[in-house]
Amino acid sequence: MRETTPAKVFRMVVIAVLTVFTVVPVYVMVISALKPLRDVQGAFTWWPSELTITPFIDMWKTVPLASYFVNSVIVAGAATILSLVIAVFAAYAISRYRFRGRSIFSTTVLSTQMFPGVLFLLPLFLIFVNINSAVGIQLVGTRLGLVITYLTFSLPFSIWMLSGYLDGIPRELDEAAKVDGSGPMGALFRVILPAARPGLIAVAIYSFMTSWGEVLFASVMTTESNRTLAVGLQLYSTQTNVYWNQIMAASLVVSVPVVVGFLLLQRNFVAGLTAGAVK
Amino acid sequence: MSAATATPTSDKTTKPADRNPRRPRRSGWWLPYALLAPAIIFELVIHVIPMFTGIWMSFLKLTKAFISNWGRAPVIGVKNYQVALDFNGAVGASLLQSFLITCGFTILVVGISWGLGMAAAVALQKKFWGQGFFRTLFLVPYALPMYAGIIAWKFMLQKDTGALNHFLYDNLGISGDKPFWLIGDNAFAAVVIVAIWRLWPFAFLMLMAGLQSIPTDVYEASAVDGAKPFRQWLSITLPMVRPVNMVLVLVMFLWTFNDFNTPFVLFGNAQPPAGDLISFHIYNASFLTWNFGSGAAMSVLLLLFLLLVTGIYLLVLNRRSKRA
Amino acid sequence: MKIRTLAATAAIAALALTTSACGGSNNASGSSESSGGGGSITYWASNQGTSLDNDKAVLTPELQKFQDQTGVKVNLEVIGWNDLQTRIQTAVTSGQAPDVVNIGNTWAASLQSTEAFMPFDSSAMDAIGGKDKFVKTALDTGGMPGQDPTSVPLYGLAYGLYYNKAMFADAGLTPPTTWEDMVADAKKLTTGDQHGFALAAGSYTENAHFAFINAAQNGADLFDSDGKPTFTSDGVVDGIKRQLDLMQTDKVVDVANAQYDNGTKAVNDFATGKVAMIINQNNADSSIVANGMKSDQYGVVAFPAPKGGKDVASHVAGINLSIFKNTKNKDAALKFVKFMTSPETQTALDKPFAALPVLNGATANFTDNPEEAKIFSDIYANKSKPLPLVPAEDQFESTVGKAMNQMYATIASGGTVSTDDIRKAMETAQQQVAAAG
Repeated sequence: MRETTPAKVFRMVVIAVLTVFTVVPVYVMVISALKPLRDVQGAFTWWPSELTITPFIDMWKTVPLASYFVNSVIVAGAATILSLVIAVFAAYAISRYRFRGRSIFSTTVLSTQMFPGVLFLLPLFLIFVNINSAVGIQLVGTRLGLVITYLTFSLPFSIWMLSGYLDGIPRELDEAAKVDGSGPMGALFRVILPAARPGLIAVAIYSFMTSWGEVLFASVMTTESNRTLAVGLQLYSTQTNVYWNQIMAASLVVSVPVVVGFLLLQRNFVAGLTAGAVK
Repeated sequence: MSAATATPTSDKTTKPADRNPRRPRRSGWWLPYALLAPAIIFELVIHVIPMFTGIWMSFLKLTKAFISNWGRAPVIGVKNYQVALDFNGAVGASLLQSFLITCGFTILVVGISWGLGMAAAVALQKKFWGQGFFRTLFLVPYALPMYAGIIAWKFMLQKDTGALNHFLYDNLGISGDKPFWLIGDNAFAAVVIVAIWRLWPFAFLMLMAGLQSIPTDVYEASAVDGAKPFRQWLSITLPMVRPVNMVLVLVMFLWTFNDFNTPFVLFGNAQPPAGDLISFHIYNASFLTWNFGSGAAMSVLLLLFLLLVTGIYLLVLNRRSKRA
Repeated sequence: MKIRTLAATAAIAALALTTSACGGSNNASGSSESSGGGGSITYWASNQGTSLDNDKAVLTPELQKFQDQTGVKVNLEVIGWNDLQTRIQTAVTSGQAPDVVNIGNTWAASLQSTEAFMPFDSSAMDAIGGKDKFVKTALDTGGMPGQDPTSVPLYGLAYGLYYNKAMFADAGLTPPTTWEDMVADAKKLTTGDQHGFALAAGSYTENAHFAFINAAQNGADLFDSDGKPTFTSDGVVDGIKRQLDLMQTDKVVDVANAQYDNGTKAVNDFATGKVAMIINQNNADSSIVANGMKSDQYGVVAFPAPKGGKDVASHVAGINLSIFKNTKNKDAALKFVKFMTSPETQTALDKPFAALPVLNGATANFTDNPEEAKIFSDIYANKSKPLPLVPAEDQFESTVGKAMNQMYATIASGGTVSTDDIRKAMETAQQQVAAAG
């Protein structure tokens, strides 16, 4: 099909404008991370007076970035895995069974997306405290508490997206598995999950990104021992100096794993969305 | 929601539980419940129970004096709500202002993000050299951890050391004093721009996914009929992505209205009135004043508002889609 | 179906109520695990030195000494100021608290009203060495008058006017002794890129302190004898106006300072020669030196009052130590407080943290410059007034301080702030304080 000239112009303008809008902040982040401190303290320049990698070295000393990094990896990783497992079970039930309370469940779970975080921040904190005194599981100030909190943040959207994806997997597959002698769980693990791989990856990416970037609960629920990057990055500006170059270097370093992972898997993400959410 | 949008492949007769709902329970009836149990338990503990606790807190005088022993906090009924809704008083007036600012913020951010996302999705709809590259590039702001992107903007929006003022005043040569972006009235523009930067890739992603499901021969057929691209967009693209739009706009609305991260990371302690979004406002109102009862009441009001808007939205859309 | 939903909702609500009811009763049980067991306590220290690590490095040898003496191990956590309030709040709310915490003394009365902290009654006072060992004005900041204090002084701080000696000498100026002189000097020293003054005009705590000091110079109080706010009184409004006018009409403060959200930015400007004067607490010393300015390059005088005003140059600033009421290690905690407020430890810590002594008979050792030590000691002992010792003090800081942030922002972006504007803002602040109570 031939493309008209206005369409071409439209495409070029849109792409040019959005590229600038997207790239400039990223460029500023990268270039500032390569500047010496005096450069970021003076007027902005598009190019550093000298290129230096010292911010990338110093940033580990200014705040204990490494331990925050470890915390974030563990918390986001565990929350993702757990959330994925729970979402798979729930989505399987919703997609393959018609049972009493099914629609109530779906509606309620989705409507939790509506809750303002500030409404249940303090109550949740208190419930954690009570769980601690009742059964002795320490949830405040531990990674476990963050994992439990974060896994539920991504759960509603994950269940919804995944159940949509599972809907798209032909039931003949289930039947075939049953003929082979598998029970419902066997069918889930042996047939459906492999077929749902893009959906699973989409959900995993979503969960990981949600946990990796959460700020509000992290700012209240973390102490030195379980502080995540989201809060840790802000500590660079409370010291005697605002180390903008180190902040930018640290931002880059914490972004790279997520961005690379996301961009590598984005086709799956789109596929998962198309099959799930878009339906 | 997936229940309402059951796919064509779901063949009802194969679903065991559906066949005879009134029969005595058959073996395995508990399985779906067991499958849902973990999700239900976590949702209850983390979302539902805390929410009810929060509602209950909103009826308490839960201030500094009672916070360490809040079983003792006196019940004061709707007093917290009265204070929050008394728009002549200082607390109510600032809440109202914050609410209005958030409304403006949400309309601008959702509207522009949708527009940019749609423009990009349409621009990248047809194959061309570099299509994959730009598609990946545009997703970068969404893939960046939220705070990392916002911090970069915070640096760019500094008055004397920021890139934006440098570009506008030193590179483009606008005369006059460099303005502040993070304090004063410009804070609104700042928070809107940063939120759009974060959000539009999501709109792009969803709309792109929606556009992919439109078969190309539909366009070809209409092109043969002589339809111009804009007409095609109006008569084919928009109706076809309607299901996506329904969800997308609602989700973007809820996220944007509840946005806490953008003002929190962007402004920190400064809290300029022009950028005082409602979640941020409530957070400050409760944590800075230690008045958690009043903060809870404000949150409940916010929740009620969101419920109302969402309800109306779904009602209107459902009615329309039934008529269609 | 409907009934079932209803029942489920009711059950959830009931469950929620039970959970929350528990919250009230058993908050005493949660002292942090790390502090359990024989012979260890947890200590939260606010950030005093140049970085969290620097604090750790300074405190660790002292804590080791304490362990050698008493066998009690101290688990230290240094907390940045941005976090401190939230951390204390969650500790108070949950009862999951450290044994000992140090706090900005301006919060003492506010935190006392939470009843989460142990009052130092006479036996507790005796256990830490008797109240007479403390400087009286310092100890008075420990809580509301007429009640046992819930905190005791640890480090003393006071505001002083730092000036760049070379700039003053070049301009043929002597350090100011009145507000009017100070403004005149600052105007002379504002040339080109250089400004007479730097202020942390975006920091609500700093702004609130200056609202208090300027009001006190006018002889005005922030709260009446019933603890009701009196922010709209002429003295307070005029005091705030005077401070704002440094940027607004005198133009000796760069408008960019409206974005300075903590004191260190102003200190950096001073240390790097961008401004001739700053008003800061004496712990600025370590930051000034860290930025390359030597201690003989700057001088300090008391923050001057206007002619005919009251000679108040600072609030009684500083850091206090508190013990959480629900500590399981009260004896060890008291021993620790005694150790931290002992002459030896004070001498050892005052220098690196640039603090003034809070003990009677101790001499200031935070600087090599005896002149500076003398001036700060004089300000602290004779020219300081405590911030209002009322539960709503923290509300004063956040409402008035934030209102001043906004007014600086207005001025910085080209607007004007009139006396009426200030009064209106103070009216709002007053209502907010009332609503928070």
